[in-house]
Amino acid sequence: MAPNVHLAHVSDLLFTWTVFIYAVAMLGYAAEFAFARLARARGDAPTRSVRLGQSAVALTVVGWGLHAASVATRGFAAHRVPWGNMYEFSTMVSLVAVTVFLVLLLRQPVRFLGAFVMAPVVLYLGLAGTVLYVPAGPLQPVLNSYWIKIHVVAAITASGTFMVSGVITLLYLMKSWLERRAAAVSLGPGTAAAVELRQPSTGVRDGARAMVDGLARWLPSSERLDRLAYQVIGFAFPVWTFAIIAGAIWAKYAWSRYWGWDPKETWSFITWVVYAAYLHARATAGWRGRRAAYLSLLGFGCLMVDYYVVNTVITGLHSYAGVN
Amino acid sequence: MTDTIPDTAATEQLSTAPTAPAPTARMNVALRAWRQLTSMRTALLLLSLLALAAVPGTLLPQRGLNPVKVAAYFSAHPHLAPLMDKLSLFDVFAAPWFAAIYLLLFVSLIGCLVPRIRLHTRALRRPPPPAPRHLLRLATSTQWSADAPPPVVTEQTVAALRSSHWRVLVRDEADGAVAVAAEKGYLRETGNLVFHVALLVLLVGIALGGLFGYKGTVLVTTGDGFANVQSSYDVFSPSRLFADSQLPPFSFTLRHFSATYQPGGEPKSFDALVDYRKTPDASPKPFHISPNNPLSVDGTDVYLVGHGYSLRIQVRDPHGNLVYDKATPFLPDDAMFTSHGVVKVPDGLSHQLGLTGFFYPTYGATPLGAQSVYPAPDDPTLDLAAWQGDLGLSSGRPQSVYTLPVAQLANVGTTQLVPGKTWRLKDGATVTFVGVQDWATFQIAHDPGTKLVLVGAVLVIAGLLASLRVRRRRFWLRATPVESADGSRRTVVTAGGLARSDADGNAVEFDRLVNRLKD
Repeated sequence: MAPNVHLAHVSDLLFTWTVFIYAVAMLGYAAEFAFARLARARGDAPTRSVRLGQSAVALTVVGWGLHAASVATRGFAAHRVPWGNMYEFSTMVSLVAVTVFLVLLLRQPVRFLGAFVMAPVVLYLGLAGTVLYVPAGPLQPVLNSYWIKIHVVAAITASGTFMVSGVITLLYLMKSWLERRAAAVSLGPGTAAAVELRQPSTGVRDGARAMVDGLARWLPSSERLDRLAYQVIGFAFPVWTFAIIAGAIWAKYAWSRYWGWDPKETWSFITWVVYAAYLHARATAGWRGRRAAYLSLLGFGCLMVDYYVVNTVITGLHSYAGVN
Repeated sequence: MTDTIPDTAATEQLSTAPTAPAPTARMNVALRAWRQLTSMRTALLLLSLLALAAVPGTLLPQRGLNPVKVAAYFSAHPHLAPLMDKLSLFDVFAAPWFAAIYLLLFVSLIGCLVPRIRLHTRALRRPPPPAPRHLLRLATSTQWSADAPPPVVTEQTVAALRSSHWRVLVRDEADGAVAVAAEKGYLRETGNLVFHVALLVLLVGIALGGLFGYKGTVLVTTGDGFANVQSSYDVFSPSRLFADSQLPPFSFTLRHFSATYQPGGEPKSFDALVDYRKTPDASPKPFHISPNNPLSVDGTDVYLVGHGYSLRIQVRDPHGNLVYDKATPFLPDDAMFTSHGVVKVPDGLSHQLGLTGFFYPTYGATPLGAQSVYPAPDDPTLDLAAWQGDLGLSSGRPQSVYTLPVAQLANVGTTQLVPGKTWRLKDGATVTFVGVQDWATFQIAHDPGTKLVLVGAVLVIAGLLASLRVRRRRFWLRATPVESADGSRRTVVTAGGLARSDADGNAVEFDRLVNRLKD
């Protein structure tokens, strides 16, 4: 069946609005941070900033609705599941990332994540809408299997969740650096003076330092960030494992073997191994904390290679990107 | 794991490997090496190495995936490539150093697993450890006073804990105090162990496939058949311990092949209709083989992996006697199935005759020359060149059926034919392009390890979920009788909770439990 052009256009329109609203929400979260700092400086209660933050959440929810509608209309327009090429895959991954953020928000106070989650989401969607965009169309015959629902959905869910854990891990590293810096200053007046001496005071530096200081207050303790990241990876890792296994089963039906070290398979495996190393590192004395965090970031880097580099640069069996 | 745990009774390790006593001077080197190998740090190192070692396998061409690209790499880097080949860089995943990493990892894993399984089975039978003396020092703890005497308080506690599946033990302490010790979440470590054992199961399954499996490909033109014996295959790759007797005696005939395309030429669907027999005596059954839908016979799977066109060509001598009548497979060169092929007629004519041809399913003339503009045979056209001379078939040297040694032959003309048309050569021989048929390539594969791998994979997921979602935690409660100044007897109740794995959710659970007990 030919794609429904009108519906495809509606999907594109919804997509544009999604990106716009997410961007505004991101600014809202950033404004909450800025106003909270101002209120603190004046000693006021942070009523205005909280209201800003809540509006940003409301906008995120609206954006999420449009996002989901864009995905659904795309699927109806093409008469198939809406994750058959890189544009659609990226759109779904960011939808999952926003969903994970909203679900976390329902359970714990994680609004501080807002701007940091929305920034890569907007970037991701921007990339999807410009570089990776392809008009709605049918699937390649080899993708025509119910395994596309199982394998690809699992891969998308894990990728979107890893994206959020990556953001939290970055914040963890930032906060842990700030904490160590604060500890160094509090070692005594001598240390503080030494730190002062090394950082000649200029206007720009002061501004930057105030910003860093504000960020240090804004973020929860590094311990909490570490646990949050672990929690999110603890969800994503089994899903990623399942995605690989489901992919292997599908490969058995489609390509006559469950594993063939195709570049996509190999990079998925590398990603899995690096995250497995992260989980082990977290339980190993001397590796807990920052070293484990670097492994987690490395894992996310591998995931990005698995996705962008393998799909576009390395040719393999997973060349469904539709961009070449 | 981030909690600081003050009480020594509770500081036993849990999710790391069991701690062994520090190696002493007397301990021999082998034992120390074994300890080192089975330590978590080594596992971490080997995991990182494994990830790193896999990277060149995706950046360099691999023989298992694309031998043509490997050959191209060799001609592009004539000096470097042989050196790289010595390091198995074109067979990374079969390389000895790659195997060394994962085998070491698995040895380390076994060394780590065996003591942990022993410890865990012991822990499963052991009662929860006694309550630490200072419960209030635990991360989550509380104290209140109750009217009921200690045994009643603890009895209620035990009932509440048992109803939520805690393992419970009551101990009487000095001065009439009664302590309850409880533990929950043993499934975490069970899952952890199951996950790691499942990885071993996976490895065994993979090894089985590598030792006893086979795969091969065969090209079949519509109307032709295939019988599952090694000689019928175009390419056959048996595993190390494969024996011919393993091949199930099935056969099939390709009755019909159909392909549909998008208006732009992108493929939409493929379908190969075969009649297959399980044994030579069985009656034939029809089956549609398509992408994602292999034919499965006695553990061997038949996959559709490619297709193209076979051209039926007849050659007659000047007297009109038929000397050649075959459907010759032409190999596609592009997505629109511009194809090339060779016909060899060694016998029946005064000179040996060779034909080289380009076939266009839908003919289109472009500035760059003729090429097919659509993959379906809507306007089939064949460009032919005829060659005479010694085809070299009697030289004994193996020769591809898709190439002709044209350098040593004389060109005797070229032409363009459509189906049904005949071309008369100068010496009176005729070449007729009778028609177009489809061919399909099938990959036939058997992997006896697949089922075991699947079992391993399911256990991997189950174990992983249990080890990541279940929390292991302990709960203690001590009821101590006290006599107040006015002579009334009361009970001071102290409770403490301890997360032995992740602390998330522990405080909430502890509060809920304590509130239930206070009521």
